[in-house]
Amino acid sequence: MLGYALRRLVLAIPLLIGITFVSFLVIHLAPGEPVETTGGESSTQSDRELRQRLTEIYGLDKPLHVQYWNWLTRLVRLDFGRSFSPDARPVLQKIGERMPVTLLLNIAEMIIIVAFAIPIGVLSATRQYSKFDKVTTVFVFVGFATPDFWLALMLMILFGVQLGWLPISGLRSPTSEYLSFWRQQWDFVGHLLLPILVATFGGLAGFSRYMRQSMLEVVRQDYIQSARAKGLAESVVIGKHALRNALLPIVTVLGLSLPGLIGGSVIVESIFAIPGMGQLMVQAVFERDYPVIMGNLVIVATLTLVANLLADLTYSLVDPRIRVSARRARR
Amino acid sequence: MRRADLPRLLAPLLLLVAAGCGGEADSAVDPGTGQLAGKPAYGDTYIEALQGNISGLIPNVLSDGPSFEVGSLIYNGLVKHDKDVNLVPELAESWQFSRDCLDLTFKLRRDVRWHDNQPFTADDVVFTYDTMVNPKTPTAYAGDFKPVASVTAVDPYTIHVHYKHPHARALQSWGIWMLPKHLLQKPMLEGKLRESPQNRTAPVGTGPYKLKEWRSGEKVVLIANPDYFEGRPYISRVVYRIIPSSATTFLELKAKGVDGAKLTALQFKRQTEYPAFRKAYTKYQYAANVYVYLGLNLRDPRFADRRVRQAFAHAINKRELIEGVRLGLAREATGPYKPGTWPYNPNVKTYPYDVKKARALLAEAGWTEMNPDGVLVKNGQPFKIELLSAQGSDEGRKVAEIIQAAFKDLGVQVEIRVIEWAALLKEYIKKRNFEAVILAWGITPDPDQFDIWHSSKTSPDELNRIGYANPEVDDLLEKGRSTCIEAERKKYYDRLQEVLAEDQPIVFLYFRDGLPVVSSRVRGIMPAPIGIMYNFNEWFVPRQLHRYTAG
Repeated sequence: MLGYALRRLVLAIPLLIGITFVSFLVIHLAPGEPVETTGGESSTQSDRELRQRLTEIYGLDKPLHVQYWNWLTRLVRLDFGRSFSPDARPVLQKIGERMPVTLLLNIAEMIIIVAFAIPIGVLSATRQYSKFDKVTTVFVFVGFATPDFWLALMLMILFGVQLGWLPISGLRSPTSEYLSFWRQQWDFVGHLLLPILVATFGGLAGFSRYMRQSMLEVVRQDYIQSARAKGLAESVVIGKHALRNALLPIVTVLGLSLPGLIGGSVIVESIFAIPGMGQLMVQAVFERDYPVIMGNLVIVATLTLVANLLADLTYSLVDPRIRVSARRARR
Repeated sequence: MRRADLPRLLAPLLLLVAAGCGGEADSAVDPGTGQLAGKPAYGDTYIEALQGNISGLIPNVLSDGPSFEVGSLIYNGLVKHDKDVNLVPELAESWQFSRDCLDLTFKLRRDVRWHDNQPFTADDVVFTYDTMVNPKTPTAYAGDFKPVASVTAVDPYTIHVHYKHPHARALQSWGIWMLPKHLLQKPMLEGKLRESPQNRTAPVGTGPYKLKEWRSGEKVVLIANPDYFEGRPYISRVVYRIIPSSATTFLELKAKGVDGAKLTALQFKRQTEYPAFRKAYTKYQYAANVYVYLGLNLRDPRFADRRVRQAFAHAINKRELIEGVRLGLAREATGPYKPGTWPYNPNVKTYPYDVKKARALLAEAGWTEMNPDGVLVKNGQPFKIELLSAQGSDEGRKVAEIIQAAFKDLGVQVEIRVIEWAALLKEYIKKRNFEAVILAWGITPDPDQFDIWHSSKTSPDELNRIGYANPEVDDLLEKGRSTCIEAERKKYYDRLQEVLAEDQPIVFLYFRDGLPVVSSRVRGIMPAPIGIMYNFNEWFVPRQLHRYTAG
């Protein structure tokens, strides 16, 4: 098991380098240069010399393979470089200040989704075609079909403007630093409620469907029949025998959504004015801020590889069949 | 040029008189501005919505609007523009030009201190100049200081600037934000201004506000500088909230989460006309420093013919365009200068909407035949244009569509392509690989537009993108930038506008209106041609209307 994990880890390194190389190439092939100001309007101030100056500072005048090599050698020393944006801050610092809020949002969202999606899925599977199943099916389709930004605006109008219960956007009230510690925390939570609600809505729909489907397949199996035939209570049949097996595919899906935890949702973040990873990345792309884009890609790629590995490992932990077949295959 | 130094006590009083309301009654409405009056008081917080993140806190090395807006409250220049866009002293007390425009002497104010309480002196001015011309400084404004031969500190409060040749923008260029030598000398010499803490957490300027906090992507908090040389600003705290979505900004306004924001034309015209909003906010409208135009690549033989361009100008109904795209919230452009500013010449050739005349002009240019599809043909070639517009600008796309429809009447087929901005610039505009394009120019208060119209400025990175070349224009531009006497410059720029109007190197469309709203509890705002922000440190909230007690 340990050997297997190590081998996978070692194999991941060339893969990671490959990913970064392709990404580097693709990003540099995209038309446009980082030394442009963005916005669609130009000032009459001529800034040609500035552009030349920046091109030299950024090393963009060098051939692409040299640029990549420089970047890679710096990366090995865990130096992600400095942003091309005029604040010239280290990439890691920029990502570091945006990461916590995105992580917080996504983890909260994940927990809520899992907490609701599993019972909903199980119930609608065991009561297939019941009223509950039909209602959740409708709910799921509505959830899939509702655009995030529309839902967000509607909720903002209802809770923010009409009722005035919740703040509309941002992370903190403009005067939050004058509140007491606990009021500050409450203020912060209040700001996160709507974004989490919006982000959860779509995800919940998808996840409960997975759960339902997986459950439906399991309850049709023979061993469920035999469990029932043994005279076990229905709650034990479903809760113990069926659920455990039905959760297996969900583990994989969960594992694969790990890297998604750090890539914030652009729509939710922009509309709620939340300074997270999504906004950082979009701005970086528009400004062709290569170091930030690449830094983010490396982190996401690494997480994806790790998540894959983790999903495989946990899978073999929870499912004895995989362990056995893996052992056989090695022989 | 000396501004009277009023005792601080008198300043609020003067404000009342200036606002046009003699009494102290709180509900008196001034007929001129619709402003409610009130007694000036210190305190309260003003929250403004910014659409973009600021990129730093030393504006000299930045180039985005939000950074300038925040920077202008933290820093000062030697001179500034007053409400009518005239240059007036700021950190300087007065200035003197020599007769030949080659020597410029500033007398500095003696009562100015940096935020860290160090005195502001001539050394700082020399340092700022050194910064701007240092090849290691990543600034877009070095060009303004190239004609300078020397800058010397005659004494701690006198600066002498000697120019190699007369430079029209000389005075304006000293509006550059002054930087503190005692803090920035080392990073400047190393070319590390952008990396310095002053660009990030601890900017030190001379301006009315100091930085309290900058949370990237979230907010910038400024607090009043009690020792500001023009007097302590009334509003004690300014919060810039970064809200990327204009729909969200609008909802925040409705819920009173922000006090000031810029509206879109649709919001301004259609969605804010109900009583509750009108009571809570005051809307302002002034011509912004941006005009939208239809650019034609003059290297294309079809557009090299002036009659074709004039025909296009006649074919576009500008009033309808403004109505359709900006709901009427823009002003027709007749040239590259803003109506109401000193260089503007109202007596130039105009192109009223006239399809017949447009057709006649095209016929004169040889476009007489029409194919069965209703498209003009010359030498077997149908008149087809590819019109480019930048993605993300709804406005640009709408303008393109209206032009497409208008040109169809002429027998000119227009195909619209919407392209992402960075790609549009790099692949099409810079490579001069375009036929027609909808773009906008931001203009500076100074009329020198050498870089845009001069025939020497056509290489890929330069701004004469359309490839315009007219010897008379070249001559006028050269003359206009080489004297410091405004009356003389006015002559050249008046003529320049006549030639440009006749030539229509681009089809000038409209000057967009700036559409800010500000909470009606904020008083002392006096809209002027330059906008509303120019007297921000005189804005105030009457005591009984304070919303935020903190600060």
